[in-house]
Amino acid sequence: MDWSPLWISLATSVTATAITLMAGLAAAVWRQRHSGPALALVDGFFLLPLVLPPTVVGFLLLLLFGRNGPLGKLLVRWGATIVFSWPATVIAAAVVAFPLMYLTARAALEQVEPDLLQAARTLGASEWRVFREIALPLAWPGVLAGTVLSFARALGEFGATLMIAGNIPGRTETIPIAIYFAVEADDLQRAFSWCAIDVVISLALLSGLYYWTRMQGLERSRRVAR
Amino acid sequence: MALDVQIEKDLPDFHLHVTFDASQAPLSILGPSGAGKTMLLRCIAGLEQPDRGRVVLNDRVLFDSDKQIRVPARDRRIGMVFQHYALFPHLTVAENIAFGLRGLSPKQRAARLSGLIERMHLAGLAERYPRALSGGEQQRTVLARALAIDPEALLLDEPLSALDTHLRSQVEMQLQETFASYRRPALLVTHNIEEAYRLGEKLLVLSRGRTAAYGAKEELFRHPPAREVAQVTGCKNFSRARMNVDGSVEALDWGCRLRVSQTISKPPAFVGIRAHYIDFLESTPGNTASQNVFPCWLVRASETPFRITLYLRLHEPLADETAFDLQAEVYKEKWQRFRNQPCPWHVRLSPESLFIMAE
Repeated sequence: MDWSPLWISLATSVTATAITLMAGLAAAVWRQRHSGPALALVDGFFLLPLVLPPTVVGFLLLLLFGRNGPLGKLLVRWGATIVFSWPATVIAAAVVAFPLMYLTARAALEQVEPDLLQAARTLGASEWRVFREIALPLAWPGVLAGTVLSFARALGEFGATLMIAGNIPGRTETIPIAIYFAVEADDLQRAFSWCAIDVVISLALLSGLYYWTRMQGLERSRRVAR
Repeated sequence: MALDVQIEKDLPDFHLHVTFDASQAPLSILGPSGAGKTMLLRCIAGLEQPDRGRVVLNDRVLFDSDKQIRVPARDRRIGMVFQHYALFPHLTVAENIAFGLRGLSPKQRAARLSGLIERMHLAGLAERYPRALSGGEQQRTVLARALAIDPEALLLDEPLSALDTHLRSQVEMQLQETFASYRRPALLVTHNIEEAYRLGEKLLVLSRGRTAAYGAKEELFRHPPAREVAQVTGCKNFSRARMNVDGSVEALDWGCRLRVSQTISKPPAFVGIRAHYIDFLESTPGNTASQNVFPCWLVRASETPFRITLYLRLHEPLADETAFDLQAEVYKEKWQRFRNQPCPWHVRLSPESLFIMAE
């Protein structure tokens, strides 16, 4: 059996999740510091990949990164083609996972008591230190949950990936795409194997998150008892 | 060592406009909730932006709206104690206190940390998390954390309000100790009159964003300049007043003529007396009115463990069950001596205890 879809899926999801984590946190922090009527539009834009069909997201990305797209043209000048290459799978996965990360990170950061941040400022902490040492550790359980959800979403990405990255075995063929084409080629044995692998990975992730949050709760009660 | 504050800020309910200067002596800022006390502290600490004004701490301009100076909170070196403490829950007591100790060598850091832990009686608690501390221990930790940055001024926002009565007096003593050795500007916001009096040397009374009174606490309690100041400082008895040609004061609501010892500069609007200062005579005197002595009838009484509050009607027995003129506070031992005497009782409103208010 050719294991390449597994490695491609994992590499894509890990890379996409890392990008999403940074972008989602940055967007959440930025959004927390700004307010105004125009920001409803910004929020809408950030959440668009969550509500649009993945094929629409994929098509828009294709327009953006294609040979005649604004970003595509720029990249061609540097000798890079994104469409139908491995980076395209990362872009598709990162874009569709972004709203989940953004939403959970924002909710988690908003839960942090504002006076704690203010207290840190009066103690001489820079904005970066306030974020790094106070806001982020306190928001961490929520941010981690967002990261796991984003990873799961990236792992399951199909529509947008197919539109922008296609199905090139050994390069852009992720697990969901492998399943689709296995079914289409009537290779049910192969489709079933990949489905089983996908279920195992997702289950491991979600139960891992569950146990981690439980451990956090235990650790917290131990701190009180001490 | 001085903190000069002149701040204006538009708030949804009112306009905050306060001017004062604080030196070594602790200053209590007293006022009802929603008077702008917390906002004032936040403006000084740099956590909120005033619309206009100037904040100067020891010749360092922290804020100046004309010169566009806005020093960020992290560079102000002002220690702040928040109402609900705002201890970092994920850091231990030692880590909380050491948070502001940056830019020191590890050796200096450790020395400062252990000094603060000892001074605030936190030995043995250094590795605990805030959740595992009692209210008093949290309060001491937060004080130690604020003092760690060697602040040039200390701001405390209702530091005792989250504690129960038993802990309050303990923590209050700790605060008094801290203030005594601190000798730099310290502002204490509270709505508790007794706390404000005990902890502050000077007093600033805030009312809907304005300075209603500012000065030495003894003077403000003895002669509150305005009715709202008298109210905020706990005075219960007021009467509209008019000046007579012979220098006495006509108390219109109490229906009597009073001699007062205070020199009257402005035309009086109100006369007042604190509930504790109303004096009950145990025998009926001869010439009453010229000595500010009046007959009174009891309307109703309300007991606390050691004292009793008596609601009194002057001059004539009650026509209406609820209307009273004066509210008096008496210790129970004193009350035992005259409670069984038939009404009318006689009260003396001594000229020294009466005060005149302009508006």
